[in-house]
Amino acid sequence: MKTIYFQNIRAGRAFWLALALVAAMMLAGLGAAHHMESAGHWVTGMNNQVVWGIPHVFAVFLIVGASGVLNTASIASVFGCDEYKPLSRLSALLAIALLAGGLAVLVLDLGRPDRLIVAMTHYNFKSIFAWNIFLYTGFILMVAVYLWMMFEPRMNRFVRPVGTAAFAWRLVLTTGTGSIFGFLVAREAFDSAVMVPLFILMSLSLGTALMLLLGTLVFWINRATLDPELVQRLRRLLGWFVIAVAYLVAVDHLTRLYVTGHHSLERFILIEGGIYPVLFWGVQGLLGTLVPIILLFSPRFAGKGYLVSAALLVVIGGLAQVYVLIIGGQAFPLDLFPGYMVTSSFFDGAVAQYVPSAVEIVLGLGGLALALVVTLIGARVLPFMPAEVGVARAD
Amino acid sequence: MKQSKDNLSVSARRAFFTQASSGVALLALAPGVRLVDLALARTSDEPASTTQRWGLLVDVERCVSDCDACVSACNHEHGLSGDPSETNAQWIRKVDLEDEQTGHRLSLVLMCQHCEEPPCVDVCPTGASFRRDDGIVLVDKHICIGCRYCMMACPYKARSFIHENLSGQKTHAPRGKGTVESCTLCVHRIDHDDSPACVEACSEVGHQALLFGDLNDHEGPLATALSNASSRELRSELKLNTAVRYRGI
Repeated sequence: MKTIYFQNIRAGRAFWLALALVAAMMLAGLGAAHHMESAGHWVTGMNNQVVWGIPHVFAVFLIVGASGVLNTASIASVFGCDEYKPLSRLSALLAIALLAGGLAVLVLDLGRPDRLIVAMTHYNFKSIFAWNIFLYTGFILMVAVYLWMMFEPRMNRFVRPVGTAAFAWRLVLTTGTGSIFGFLVAREAFDSAVMVPLFILMSLSLGTALMLLLGTLVFWINRATLDPELVQRLRRLLGWFVIAVAYLVAVDHLTRLYVTGHHSLERFILIEGGIYPVLFWGVQGLLGTLVPIILLFSPRFAGKGYLVSAALLVVIGGLAQVYVLIIGGQAFPLDLFPGYMVTSSFFDGAVAQYVPSAVEIVLGLGGLALALVVTLIGARVLPFMPAEVGVARAD
Repeated sequence: MKQSKDNLSVSARRAFFTQASSGVALLALAPGVRLVDLALARTSDEPASTTQRWGLLVDVERCVSDCDACVSACNHEHGLSGDPSETNAQWIRKVDLEDEQTGHRLSLVLMCQHCEEPPCVDVCPTGASFRRDDGIVLVDKHICIGCRYCMMACPYKARSFIHENLSGQKTHAPRGKGTVESCTLCVHRIDHDDSPACVEACSEVGHQALLFGDLNDHEGPLATALSNASSRELRSELKLNTAVRYRGI
């Protein structure tokens, strides 16, 4: 068996510079949240028509990515692929960090973030949000135990069962996140059972892309490189996940296109909805799906630079996808009176306008920055980074 | 014998007086009990109960297009500014409809429909959105965390989020920045045996397009009006059994 040694990340200039940068971004995010809370949500682009804006796009992206990024560890522990073991610890750390970032954005965007204690003490168990509070905190706890099993040699024998439990939990967690939207019967853009498998596949695709991107970044800071063989495995995996997401997106839209009652919604998202068709076809479809598939599968683009570009494009495409899903779904007017043209002082029958303001974008980026701060500090404090890979040694 | 005759007459008199006084007491109390039963069914210090379900009938044929007396009355009653910006609260709104095929025009009011199975209550993580036993759907401002999930779930877009600091609040309608609110059916007025401000205003301008009452009182004006002519719920396919019904659409 191969023994893998782990070490703390090197505290070189690159480390401190990166930490300072992301810490500054995180503080800016906190400042933005403070401004939003003290002035009120009118400083954002959100309104009574588009009630969830760019902070939710970042939060959902980070939460979905968090569950997916754990995959690398799961492949090693649950499916027995030892090649992935060097990245197991980092994968679990990133999962906790990204979830913390997403939850921070979600909480700081609340109208009353000061009432977080209320959310922790009053539960309506019919609410999917309430389920998710348990799913998210449970995930952090479970991954922490998983890490303990990995770190402590005496507990190594429990890595597999605990890893399996964490893998099952992450699938349920993503089911919960997809259900937030899938159970919204009032809005035709969301009300779909496809949301759950779509979110699970998005987590696989975004999680693998984030693993590649953030892994590359952290290894670069550590003045090391990812194992090329492992990189090739992740490359193929990412390619198939991107194809799987594209397939489910196609199924979702084709289902709606078959139903006459949904034609106007589809026309809005796919053709006439202004920014939404641009994001759907241009960013999600072309840049986030087609180009990465070519980059990931064509032997002409085998270099590492192309792989990082592909992962970055998948992440950008994923953000666009979540934006179209959440914001586009709200911008399309509710059909309260089928067969009638509708006007009112509350913008009934009209496409809702939403332009994200700088303050909420800074809050969203602050969540990403928090995830990176947690990752860097975690990797500095504990040995998360593989020191040597593939060294043959008796266990 | 004489004694027993006297005893008999005494007991007959006693029985008469007992029955007579019971009858008088019954005559004196019964109408009062019946009146209270009709008007309140409970006193203001008693909790709301399922014996009542408050509701509204909107008669669209009587609703006049350029009239917004109900909206103004609601704004005044609850201290809303009435400014129709994208971030401002609107608890009740006038909606103009035009049939896409025939061009026929209609005007109606839209507010919280006080569903029997409210999606806003289902999704609220803290239980701040709740339904009173008498069917009124409300928000507990003390435990609303401002997540807006209820606004995503409402099929009628009937809820508003408070985007900024407020001033000039009414004591009977407390509001708070960062929380969600919607039509309370003027619960403070109902609890004092009065009808909602919008209904009163519509009546005052002579349109009588809004009829308020107890859906459970089968002999009451609302239930009678609903049983006499057809009416419908908005988005009835969702089977939410709304307390607000519409006639004429």
